[in-house]
Amino acid sequence: MTSASQPLPPAQDERERLTRIQIDRSCRQTVVWYYSSAVFWLLVGSALALLASIKMHSPGFLAGWEWLTFGRVRPAHLAAMIYGWGSMAGVGTLLWLQARLTRNRLPFPTLFPATAIIWNLTVAFGVVAILAGYSTSIEWIEIPPSTAILFGFCIAVIIAASIRMFRSRESRHTYVSQWYLFGAIFWFPLLYVSAQIFLHTPAAAGAVKAAANWWFAHNVLGLWFTPIGLATVYYLIPKVIGRPVHSYHLSLLGFWTLAIFYNWAGTHHLIGGPLPAWLITVGIVGSVMMFIPVVTVAVNHHLTMVGHFHHLRHSPTLRFVVYGAMCYTAVSFQGSLQSLRSVNEISHFTHYTIAHAHLGVYAFFTMVMFGAIYYVAPRLLNAEWHSAGWIRVHFWTTAVGMALYWLGLTWAGWEQGRMMNDPRIPFLDIVRFTVPWLWSRSAAGVLMTIGHISFAWLFWNMLRRRGAWLPGPTLLFWKRSPESLPEGAAE
Amino acid sequence: MNRAWLLTLGVLATLIASMTGLVLLPDRQLRPTAPVRDEDRDITLPAGYFGEAEEGRRVYMDLGCIYCHTQQVRPEGFGADLERGWGMRRSVARDYIYDDPPLMGTMRTGPDLMNIGARQPSAEWHYLHLYDPRITSPGSIMPPHRFLFDLRRSADGLPADAVRLPEAFSPGGPAWIVPNPRARRLVAYLLSLDHNYEVPEAR
Repeated sequence: MTSASQPLPPAQDERERLTRIQIDRSCRQTVVWYYSSAVFWLLVGSALALLASIKMHSPGFLAGWEWLTFGRVRPAHLAAMIYGWGSMAGVGTLLWLQARLTRNRLPFPTLFPATAIIWNLTVAFGVVAILAGYSTSIEWIEIPPSTAILFGFCIAVIIAASIRMFRSRESRHTYVSQWYLFGAIFWFPLLYVSAQIFLHTPAAAGAVKAAANWWFAHNVLGLWFTPIGLATVYYLIPKVIGRPVHSYHLSLLGFWTLAIFYNWAGTHHLIGGPLPAWLITVGIVGSVMMFIPVVTVAVNHHLTMVGHFHHLRHSPTLRFVVYGAMCYTAVSFQGSLQSLRSVNEISHFTHYTIAHAHLGVYAFFTMVMFGAIYYVAPRLLNAEWHSAGWIRVHFWTTAVGMALYWLGLTWAGWEQGRMMNDPRIPFLDIVRFTVPWLWSRSAAGVLMTIGHISFAWLFWNMLRRRGAWLPGPTLLFWKRSPESLPEGAAE
Repeated sequence: MNRAWLLTLGVLATLIASMTGLVLLPDRQLRPTAPVRDEDRDITLPAGYFGEAEEGRRVYMDLGCIYCHTQQVRPEGFGADLERGWGMRRSVARDYIYDDPPLMGTMRTGPDLMNIGARQPSAEWHYLHLYDPRITSPGSIMPPHRFLFDLRRSADGLPADAVRLPEAFSPGGPAWIVPNPRARRLVAYLLSLDHNYEVPEAR
């Protein structure tokens, strides 16, 4: 990894720059397709989210249309965000990172954009199917099972490209990000296809289907979004601040402990449920063991960042990525604690869990993906972001919106759980108690949506190359001396 | 760690291990679970879903009821499910042998429905509640499901299948609200939800 403290000699530097330009050019069409689609689904998902949120405190809102009833809009929101926004932003980033890390051009220049189109059609089909009443009613996998073939095809192309790039990598040494990405591309298809088999065939029966459901759903976060997110953090923090990752050994420990423990955590969603006690206990043990990879990764990232936190002032990428990385630590700690029976007795079945889920998928993964797109898109399109002001709007609305979302629902959910466990309190009193906090969630949702619209506007102008052809990146606060251009230094 | 095969093998092994532990082994353990026999009534329980109730289960799924209602009663001493009257015993795996998929849910914006058929045995109550939950449950934030009802205009007075709405909610004039077939199926399903029988594992 090029470090700011060890400048390359000019000739080598020039060759290096040209190699990167060639790699980025090979990724352009594919990654821009995936990113544009992701931004589209982010907007669709936000609209569905707001609708669901408003319907919760104002149940009469647009209640006449069956296809917009809460029970359909909510899973449609999840499908648009998970399979549309999150997965497509993730795949775009994953492909670019692999090309850069193996120093290869991205193969299959015509097949890859086709996979993006197939992916989009699959998500669109899924969202429409849910709104039309064809949901499977299985959380996180409401979209019809036939989608497994289409997603499977796209992922097969991604696996083939990854293996090809990996085998012809320039340096024998592999970077930590590559391990995580390698994990993600094998874990996700295996999970998705086997979950469809367990859930839609007699391969698993009755209550065990619920175990299969949560084995899958928890691992979509743990073995798909988390490794892509962490790979991105591991790549971007050193790139932007211009110094290598603190410790190779911590990286190694963090990766393998995640691979071993995250897998097993899913059944903590069934604590108190009708499944064998050992099965639930295994889930709790897996969740608690997650302290190891989380602390390892947090220490490694923190020690990499130490002394460089001032870059957060300038670099949009770093700001989003560090926010995301910190929330990864927070959400994982919260998750481990939440899996303890004493805590879960209160938090289960409440808005507390919803807040927790958004801390993971949004505050961690989504924010990291924003950071990645801020870094990658200018390099693909040779143009800069056209407005630092809109980036600031994007950051503050999403960062503050997420904090508001989490605080309101975490508090409301905890109280909701405590009240639910006190049989003297009538159920409808609990419902009334939560309503003001559901309004606070809608307020947070409006803020986040403003952020998403700002981001979409920025991205749209990026596609039209409205930003200047600057020698360096768009910084949030402009400084003149070249030493203070951290992203430029890394590039 | 620079070997692709080692990485791939490790990645696959970890997932297959958890798949075995969290899905295949529990399936092996629970697969032989059979219904219990109720000698007095000469039936086996759980009864399963038939006819309208079976179709109604599909309506429950397509309307996304699971996002606000669970179907699982937690054991004594863990939460207050039993004290709230949501069932006479905890739910056990046996209760779900005919549930494909199980609709256990993870959220209680509304109350648990594992035994709603026993708690609210009146179809009329369910129609009123579905038409506008605030008729039966003031302060509820459940969405009204008016699309499950038809407006029938008739000068011949109240049709036999009309829902007797309170004045404030009634459409007025010579018109009545009648549940459509999907509403009838959904209510048949809700009325079938009754797991208040003894099982050996939850005595």
